[in-house]
Amino acid sequence: MAIKDYIRERFFPHLWCSGCGHGMVLNALLRAIEALDIHKSDIVMVSGIGCSSRISGYVDFHTMHTIHGRALAFATGVKMSRPELNLIVPMGDGDALAIGGNHFIHTARRNIDMTAIIMNNRIYGMTGGQYSPLSGFGTMATTAPYSNIDHDFDVVELAKAAGASFVARSTTYHVQQLTNILKAAILHKGFSAVEVLSQCPEYFGRKNKMGTPADMLEYYKENTTTIGSKKKQENPDLLERGIFVQNDIPEYCSEYDKIIEQAKKTSGGKTK
Amino acid sequence: MINNIKFIQGNEACVEGALYAGLDFFAGYPITPSTEIAEMMSIRLPQIGGKFLQMEDEIASMCAIIGASLTGHKVLTATSGPGFSLKQEALGYAIMAEIPCVIVNVQRGGPSTGNPTHVSQGDVNQSRWGTHGDHAIIVLTASNHQDVFAITVEAFNMAETYRTPVILLFDEVVGHMRERLVIPEKGDIPLVQRLKTAIKRDVDYHPYLPREDGRLPMSDFGEDHRYNVTGLFHDMWGFPTDNPQVVHGLLRHLVDKINNNVHQIARLKEYFLEDATTILISYGSSARSALHLGSALHLAKERRTRGERLGLIELQTLWPFPYGIIRQKCENARFIVVVEMNMGQMLHEIKLAVNNPEKVFLANRIDGELITPDDIKKIIRLIQGKGV
Ligand SMILES: Cc1ncc(C[n+]2csc(CCOP(=O)(O)OP(=O)(O)O)c2C)c(N)n1
Ligand code: SF4
Ligand SMILES: [Mg+2]
Repeated sequence: MAIKDYIRERFFPHLWCSGCGHGMVLNALLRAIEALDIHKSDIVMVSGIGCSSRISGYVDFHTMHTIHGRALAFATGVKMSRPELNLIVPMGDGDALAIGGNHFIHTARRNIDMTAIIMNNRIYGMTGGQYSPLSGFGTMATTAPYSNIDHDFDVVELAKAAGASFVARSTTYHVQQLTNILKAAILHKGFSAVEVLSQCPEYFGRKNKMGTPADMLEYYKENTTTIGSKKKQENPDLLERGIFVQNDIPEYCSEYDKIIEQAKKTSGGKTK
Repeated sequence: MINNIKFIQGNEACVEGALYAGLDFFAGYPITPSTEIAEMMSIRLPQIGGKFLQMEDEIASMCAIIGASLTGHKVLTATSGPGFSLKQEALGYAIMAEIPCVIVNVQRGGPSTGNPTHVSQGDVNQSRWGTHGDHAIIVLTASNHQDVFAITVEAFNMAETYRTPVILLFDEVVGHMRERLVIPEKGDIPLVQRLKTAIKRDVDYHPYLPREDGRLPMSDFGEDHRYNVTGLFHDMWGFPTDNPQVVHGLLRHLVDKINNNVHQIARLKEYFLEDATTILISYGSSARSALHLGSALHLAKERRTRGERLGLIELQTLWPFPYGIIRQKCENARFIVVVEMNMGQMLHEIKLAVNNPEKVFLANRIDGELITPDDIKKIIRLIQGKGV
């Protein structure tokens, strides 16, 4: 299927600012799905609230645009009742890790089969540039006019600690790598967390003097490297990209099927 | 046959009712006094191939049942005060996206952590207006286990009929008390199944285009039709819009589909109303005490001839409030006494409903103890000017 066929053209133009990274994530995601040749009726996309979450409106899958921070909980209900469907859950950094932080760690812990994409622009884009739990110490935001004193999470470490069975990171500069990672994440049976550094030139960029959208992409290029590279050894400050965790551990829906089998046996077919 | 007779808690009667109605998905988080519902569901659901989820909190539970309902399942969550507060935002989402689901709130004393193991009926107004924005909602209750069972089945039926969340507002006494329940035979209580669209796969389907009768046929999410669901104001495709005409139309639809059907949704029971001069109006466990008093006086025939003619209306539908029905039934009463365990939450609606609000009085208890027949009797004597 051509990329175009995965899109709801009638709902374009999209609402993202020019130069926004979120459209690039959409691009990489659709290329991954196209390469995997998954039928669009076999994909459910559940999103929360934020610029990033608007992605669900533009794709011709089964789409659910829910409430701020809770997309993973809605997705859990869908997946548990229709385990054969592919669940993709794009979220903003605030969506996934501030208001939705609890759902994030618990969904990871359960290892339910779905692909969470954290579109990390280090800011609350939709509400106009307030700091997020990913902004980081020393950054500027509309609610950190003097400088942010909140420390940030490392999404990869957090997902690992929470028990996610697939953990990866890439950026909107590295679309090829991102596409490959998303392919692996979708194929992975279990909870996949993919962090994508995605630029918000409108707020994070402007507030932190990051230059043009192209400059921000350049920043991702200069400040990241593949996992375990020589560059990383030379410069430990570089952020690593790639697949950090890919474990085969029991998946929640499959385990629940075993519970059903067991319960049916112990009740001897009697359900009263 | 004997298998169908049980001696159980009200919370278990609710579980039996839900399963009878065809429930096969439950998500919840433990909280007194509703926890038995989750515990029983964890045993019973997998036995029938259904799903039970203990989520990380009440918000997640509410979200999970909404997701599951959309795929075509009958779903339930159960909680109590603090958890009910947490569910409010997602409840509003289910209202806006018109997703059938049933939410049990076994009330305890509040505000805050309040009085977890004691009875209260303090969430009547929260159940009406807990989530933000204009909306309509269906809230049902019951006072004994047979009725808990039946009203739970009704809750699922109404959720499907009106494509809306329905709240079952029970209380600690009904939830924990043990009494007899006779489970009806299959088919004794009719079940409403989901209205599904007849539109074929891959043909343009409008998930939010109401039929002439206002009902919206659904398509199981993840199956034949790909569509969008959102909590934003949306058009017939489910796509966000702020077009004033569409916004107006959707809000009217959400409110009218329930408020225009007050008479279909209203459930109430009447006792000794024919010649009643004083009418008690109550619901839930306080209605048990009111009924006890009413029956005692009714049996004492000579007292009835002396003029102590007490009648009782037991409300089972709290919202939408049946103003017209209450007005008509209370027309000839000299005194109307609202018996409830809060500071007068239904009292307000009943004053609005009747022709002479000055005849409406409150008989209440707010100390975590069940209001007794004797409490009610004393308050009635005061109201009637007879002294204690
Ligand atoms: C319960 C709730 N609180 C606050 C908001 C307001 N709000 C909408 S989006 C958003 C943050 C968006 O930031 P992020 O999740 O990082 O997504 P981005 O827009 O940056 O892609 C907030 C705070 C809301 N919609 N709901
Ligand atoms: S505000 Fe930022 S995140 Fe939102 S669309 Fe604009 S650039 Fe993108
Ligand atoms: Mg953000």
